[in-house]
Amino acid sequence: MSDLGYDAAHMLGAVVLLMSFALLYQRRLFSLLNVFTMQALALTATAAWQAYSHGEPHLYITALLTLVLKAILIPVALHRIVVKMKIHRTIEPALGIGLTMVAGVSLVTLSILLVLPVTADATALTRENLALSLSVVLLGLLMMISRRNAVSQVVGFMSIENGLILAAVGVAGMPLVVEMSVAFSVMVAFIIFGIFLFHIRERFDTLDMQKIESFRGESD
Amino acid sequence: MSAVAVIVATPLIGAAVLALVPGHRLGSRLNIGFSAVTLLASLVLFGLEPSSGALFVVDAFNIYLIALTAFVGLTTSVFSAGYIAHEIAARKLDERKLRFYHAMYQAFMFTMLLALSANNLGVMWVAVEGATLTTVLMVSLYRTAASIEAAWKYFILCGVGIALALFGTILMYMAAQPVMGPGMAAMTWTELMGHVTKISPAILNLAFVFLLIGYGTKVGLAPLHAWLPDAHAEGPTPISAVLSGLLLNVALYAVLRFKMLLAANGEAIAPGPLMIAMGLASLLLAGLMLYRRRDVKRFFAYSSIEHMGIITFAFGMGGPLANFAGLLHMAMHSLTKSAIFYAVGHAVQVTGTQRIDRISGLTVSHPALGWGLLAGVVAIAGLPPFGVFMSEFLLVTSTFARQPLLALPLVVGILVAFGALVLRVQQLCFGAPGRVEGSGAPVASVPVQGTLVPLYAHLALVLVAGVWLPGPLVAWFQTVAALLG
Repeated sequence: MSDLGYDAAHMLGAVVLLMSFALLYQRRLFSLLNVFTMQALALTATAAWQAYSHGEPHLYITALLTLVLKAILIPVALHRIVVKMKIHRTIEPALGIGLTMVAGVSLVTLSILLVLPVTADATALTRENLALSLSVVLLGLLMMISRRNAVSQVVGFMSIENGLILAAVGVAGMPLVVEMSVAFSVMVAFIIFGIFLFHIRERFDTLDMQKIESFRGESD
Repeated sequence: MSAVAVIVATPLIGAAVLALVPGHRLGSRLNIGFSAVTLLASLVLFGLEPSSGALFVVDAFNIYLIALTAFVGLTTSVFSAGYIAHEIAARKLDERKLRFYHAMYQAFMFTMLLALSANNLGVMWVAVEGATLTTVLMVSLYRTAASIEAAWKYFILCGVGIALALFGTILMYMAAQPVMGPGMAAMTWTELMGHVTKISPAILNLAFVFLLIGYGTKVGLAPLHAWLPDAHAEGPTPISAVLSGLLLNVALYAVLRFKMLLAANGEAIAPGPLMIAMGLASLLLAGLMLYRRRDVKRFFAYSSIEHMGIITFAFGMGGPLANFAGLLHMAMHSLTKSAIFYAVGHAVQVTGTQRIDRISGLTVSHPALGWGLLAGVVAIAGLPPFGVFMSEFLLVTSTFARQPLLALPLVVGILVAFGALVLRVQQLCFGAPGRVEGSGAPVASVPVQGTLVPLYAHLALVLVAGVWLPGPLVAWFQTVAALLG
């Protein structure tokens, strides 16, 4: 592998991670969706670059799926949901920038400390890609925990899936079935989420999960 | 191999057909029909030699789970026919929702059977993910506030769990890829088993942690169990029965497949302590939570967490005897718990409430139902002569012989849960029968809709297993117990 190939792959992976950081502190839903779109674009570029530099044409399909679904269809649809429900003015509590950086950096450190020692046999690219993708997954989890709005939880969930695709494209020769399934599951997941968002709207007139979670299901 | 293809294809075709069939009567009959064909095909498997291909694997481990899944799928579809007839009469569901429900039921059976028979780890993951999606849709079928909240919680928690499991699967491929080269082989379970001794144990360890937490969420292990009681309580009762009886088993099966890889590797960490810790935590937590439950379906959902804890503990202990107990307990819990949910489903329909303190005297108002429920609860509490007693007895004695200190919390957990079950079943089954919620008519005047055959068929099987286990079954369990390490 040429140095350029390595550096470019490394940089693109880092951009995906950077976008995860940016997602954490977005308070407005539109800017959240915009950042998510950028993350999906970075992921598309990563997948396409891996396909080119490793000569694995099937990764182009992954790149295409990511582009169409995550960078175009899903953000546009979520955008419309947000407008339709008139929640685009909502400013929701997110972690502050300082706190986000501290929490995010410690999660990234954790994943590097976890991944690098155990993958001594693997190539440098694989190892670092794995550390990056684990960081993206953990940051996505952090985001899902710290958000209360259903739309931002959906975005957090999908950024976890982005981390998984990043991991899958970084490992040489990963069979297509996994990437297809991830892309597919996101689509299905989105349909379900969409249905839910509307039903939640019908029933509660709110997308604030904290209000919904007060239904314990067990009435006294 | 063709038999497996039939087993997996039948529910898939069933889902497509049922999505098009109007009318719930025809739909529920076809649902039973497709489930019966699946069961017949799975019985054919017993006559064939174990085999494996690129897509499917049939060995001593999954053959009995496939048969069990097909069997419970059939009995639940029979129960479901009576159940939904009542829901239609009560106007809680309409034809359009039922068409969807039947299609999803078959789709769910498809994903379960695919997960059990898949040889490819990626396919297995896709199947478990599919099972999550189909059940989320069925849990929210009633569209009440509580059911949507339950489905949302289920989806978010299991979605994250499934994501972590995929990360573990990718790690597993990454561990195998340097040894076996890129491509499908490094994702195929039987191939992995053949080369596992050469795979680097460090990545294997990391992969297993993700897989245990990921699939463990679906097993309902503490502290990742929060979705389980809600999903059981708010969905239609046939779905509660298959969730408890089948889905939890399949998720655990996925964990065990990976545990077998670790055990065969030799140098990887022993997965035992992790599984023992999670199992005991689930057992004790669920045992204590049982006392505070007021909703009858939620109550038995916690009992499922407790039993999955016991089973995980058994496989964590490892060794021929504990593994044997775990395998037996998987089958026994599946049969008994789905039987209990059948009884609970009927009881909730005749009384019109899910609250335990408003259901009473079932043995007086509906003797067949009441005594059936009582027998089911006696069985799940681990009393002889039922099969659950056998497996729990085996587990407790083998644990006492090897790790007496671990046996103490195990016994305490089982006894705590036992107390709660005895306490609540008295309320449900004895005393004076109450009145129907809402209308105020005597409960005894409402007949049980549908047949009680599924309930008693399960109880009979559990009873037979408690008294006498057929030789071939014992031989299978012993082979698998040895493989599980």
